[in-house]
Amino acid sequence: MKQTVDVIVIGAGIVGAACAYYAARAGLTVAVVDRAGPVAGTTGAGEGNLLVSDKSPGPELDLALLSTGLWRDLAAQLPQGIEYEAKGGVVVAADETQWAALRSAAARQAAAGVTTREVPAQRLRDLEPHLAPGLAGAVHYPQDAQVQPALAASRLLHAAIGSGAVLHPGEPVTQVVVTPRGRIDGVRTPRRELRSPAVVNAAGPWSARIAELAGTTLPVMPRRGFVLVTEPLPRVVRHKVYAAAYLADVTSDSAALHTSPVIEGTPAGPVLIGSSRERTGFDRSLSTAALRRMALDATALFPVLAEVSVLRAYHGFRPYLPDHLPAIGPDPRVPGLHHACGHEGAGIGLAPGTGLLLAQALRGEEPAVDLAPFRPDRFPTPSPPA
Amino acid sequence: MPTSPAEPPAAPYDVAVVGAGPAGLAAAATAADAGLTVALVDDGPRPGGQYYRHPAPGLGARRPQALHHGWPAFVGLLGRLRAHRAGGRVRHLTERQVWTVQEAHDHPGRWTLHTAPTVPPQAAPRPGEPTTGEAPHETVRAHRLVLATGTYERQLPFPGWTLPGVVGAGGAQAMVKSGLVLPGRSVVVAGSGPLLLAVAATLSAAGARVPRVLEAGGYLSYAHRPGPLLRNPGKIAEGARHAAALARRRVRLSTRTAVVRAHGTDRVTGVTVARLDEDWRPVPGTEQHLPCDALAVGHGLVPQLELALELGCQTRTAPDGTPAVMVDAALRTSVAGVWAAGETTGVGGAPLALREGELAAREIAAAARGASAAGWTTAGLRARVARLRAFADLMAEVHRPGPGWTGWLREDTEICRCEEVDAAAVRAAADTYGATDTRTVKLLTRAGMGWCQGRMCGPAVSCLAAGSGRAPVSADRRPLARPVPLARLARLPEPAPPRPDEHT
Amino acid sequence: MPRDPAGLVRSRPQPAISIDYAGSTLPALPGQSIAAALWAAGVLSWRTTRDGRRPRGAFCGIGVCFDCLITVNGRPNQRACLVPARDGDTVTPQEGHGRADLAR
Repeated sequence: MKQTVDVIVIGAGIVGAACAYYAARAGLTVAVVDRAGPVAGTTGAGEGNLLVSDKSPGPELDLALLSTGLWRDLAAQLPQGIEYEAKGGVVVAADETQWAALRSAAARQAAAGVTTREVPAQRLRDLEPHLAPGLAGAVHYPQDAQVQPALAASRLLHAAIGSGAVLHPGEPVTQVVVTPRGRIDGVRTPRRELRSPAVVNAAGPWSARIAELAGTTLPVMPRRGFVLVTEPLPRVVRHKVYAAAYLADVTSDSAALHTSPVIEGTPAGPVLIGSSRERTGFDRSLSTAALRRMALDATALFPVLAEVSVLRAYHGFRPYLPDHLPAIGPDPRVPGLHHACGHEGAGIGLAPGTGLLLAQALRGEEPAVDLAPFRPDRFPTPSPPA
Repeated sequence: MPTSPAEPPAAPYDVAVVGAGPAGLAAAATAADAGLTVALVDDGPRPGGQYYRHPAPGLGARRPQALHHGWPAFVGLLGRLRAHRAGGRVRHLTERQVWTVQEAHDHPGRWTLHTAPTVPPQAAPRPGEPTTGEAPHETVRAHRLVLATGTYERQLPFPGWTLPGVVGAGGAQAMVKSGLVLPGRSVVVAGSGPLLLAVAATLSAAGARVPRVLEAGGYLSYAHRPGPLLRNPGKIAEGARHAAALARRRVRLSTRTAVVRAHGTDRVTGVTVARLDEDWRPVPGTEQHLPCDALAVGHGLVPQLELALELGCQTRTAPDGTPAVMVDAALRTSVAGVWAAGETTGVGGAPLALREGELAAREIAAAARGASAAGWTTAGLRARVARLRAFADLMAEVHRPGPGWTGWLREDTEICRCEEVDAAAVRAAADTYGATDTRTVKLLTRAGMGWCQGRMCGPAVSCLAAGSGRAPVSADRRPLARPVPLARLARLPEPAPPRPDEHT
Repeated sequence: MPRDPAGLVRSRPQPAISIDYAGSTLPALPGQSIAAALWAAGVLSWRTTRDGRRPRGAFCGIGVCFDCLITVNGRPNQRACLVPARDGDTVTPQEGHGRADLAR
């Protein structure tokens, strides 16, 4: 069976869903292909952080600011709940050194358009009544928000389908078809051949494999992260609360375990504690070292959580690129191939901006944010094996 | 056992056995008989598991065997266990649940069991005492592992199943066996599987009126495959004994019949029962009301596989649709150093579990001694296990839920008891948003996200997501085998720094 | 003579203990779980759910379903079917998550 569409999106996670949504609404015919079902990969293991607070001024922050506004619109437009909460983030400094560093970082972010509010130590408990005593201060970021990622992705996908997109779940892409002249011509799955002049690689941590199928390279690698979920509680934690040390971990190049608690309540009751980051490949085993570190850090910030039970621990594989920026836009090495991947732990937050920029690129429009820093061909091509 | 000087101070046991039911007890006793050191870890206060569950000493039961068949076998095992504990070969850790098992990377094939108390030891914290009330962290290290983790009951929801007074059939039996209490005076027993007759017999002997036993399957199906039946006369005798006991008490057994609704507001006051067709679809017009003040219901048993799945053991779908650990003739799982015995390898009853426990231990003893010639000693046992397994598989097939049971659900029937998610929401996740598995349904509806982590709703969600009441029960991973307080996780031992040659 | 579980096993229990349940004193036999003591007193539900405020009690009876959660001596979310009743225990019916004390 052969079908022709304007664009094929590979991956039914949050990024693929957003690409399909904006492309379909821009009038393009869209097919979404996923080897499993919707949200079967990293999206289903995400916390739903829509953060500007953890980003330094630069291209990623620009994308985050664009996405923040889009999420607000989506929360109003999507017919059913995605548990969007504009709850704000609170970044906590443990001592005077961290407090000084945090304030200067916040000042730079403010200059780049982020809303920041300094919270002195004595006002912390007005914001978060259960925070541990003895902290040096915090910065409140009212733009930080939260969605339930699986709901958000499935609703986006459903809306895309409402605009004419077609979903093919349970179909791994076995071949990316390229014309003799090197242009994208479509994909094959075990069940069908889809023809299209454009393919979007939104396969998350498995994106390197799709790039390879298309005859090029993209050094996306998995980084493991655990999230702990507690028993249901009343609203003990009101914001997204995390330690200033987190800022250092996001851009870490070390393979070792890094944690810094990002703690938040959810509308359903459980508190989420995330997230560790380990470069361990696709290793699915439970890491007691990660559990220990996260529990220590979380109970240090919120001692009240000590006797609370963790019901569930889950992990995801975050797709990251060597410079910790995603790849977004057309790949000049394979005309017709587009990438929307490598968002690391920020994929939920950055998804709508990514989807919008991709749709603009597909239609040949001027992108709302400069795509140059996200060029997929910015990495050196590995030398072929001897 | 040879030990290297680099070993950590707490000497590992030769074998760790998880679960002290029939299989675990038999494994522990047999391994100790063979000279191995054994750690037996169990969540209960007394050995026996669910099958040999019995009252605490304070209840002064002088005839506990009145609640049991095969009690002498248990008494024999207890005697051996006691002797081995006295002799220092067996350490029995009671009231501790293993929440995860780790393989030590610096000692390949060696297992660390992380345990937590089943019940906080200090129910009332004293002023100034840390409120978690849990005992110090306790780990058990062992060279080899036997998983004898037993089962819990398979539940299929129906309107009203969350009413007080509606209890698991196995749950009602457990409460009688350990607490000498009944959920009501007039108890309907319903569901499917051989356990129902035993439960009805127990409840009735303990003084409850059992107006009816409703079996959704058809026992006559056994007759179509007489081979395994004839080779297992003991099983026929057991069933016949229950049936005779029920007949004496004028308990009526209806097959191909199910409770399709429980009535009441604060507690159950009666049930609607209906005939089922061959596919377990309720036949319209056959509904009948039965008054009762309790309902004991269950649809067979589901192996508890948290530890096995987390270790990476391969599973199979047993003929009753439940996942079970795949084992070879020596009860080895697909993971080197891990054996499984009893219901963990597929529901099969206590006689099979006892023999599997014994077989696993004898195979381990042979492997520990490196004796390849030990094969002849287990050949007879292997054959007996195979014969009992054949019968178990036959029974299992008969009691696999039919595709049509979902026909008795209403849109507002709760599927997930913990998170109060109804059938309409689960169906919408599948039909509207493309969920085809329990994980996606959970993410979209919260079904399975609560305290029980999907153990109660998992079988039903598996069916609704797959669009058939006959769908296999999903083998869902639960990295934490039980809830663990944050303070306990924070007290985990600090990991050893990586050795220089370990860098990747 | 009416049959009952204790008679079936010829039980000769140790002297009864007592627990406080929702302000009234209930007897329990040493070694009984809190759920068993409540069943013996005819109490089948001791918890209400978070959303629907519906009554719940023991269901699986073996510590798996967590439907029997109850507050024992001020500590919420204990499995009544597993926790042994101890003389003088204060047992409180539980509403929702059982942690209303944390909401402030």
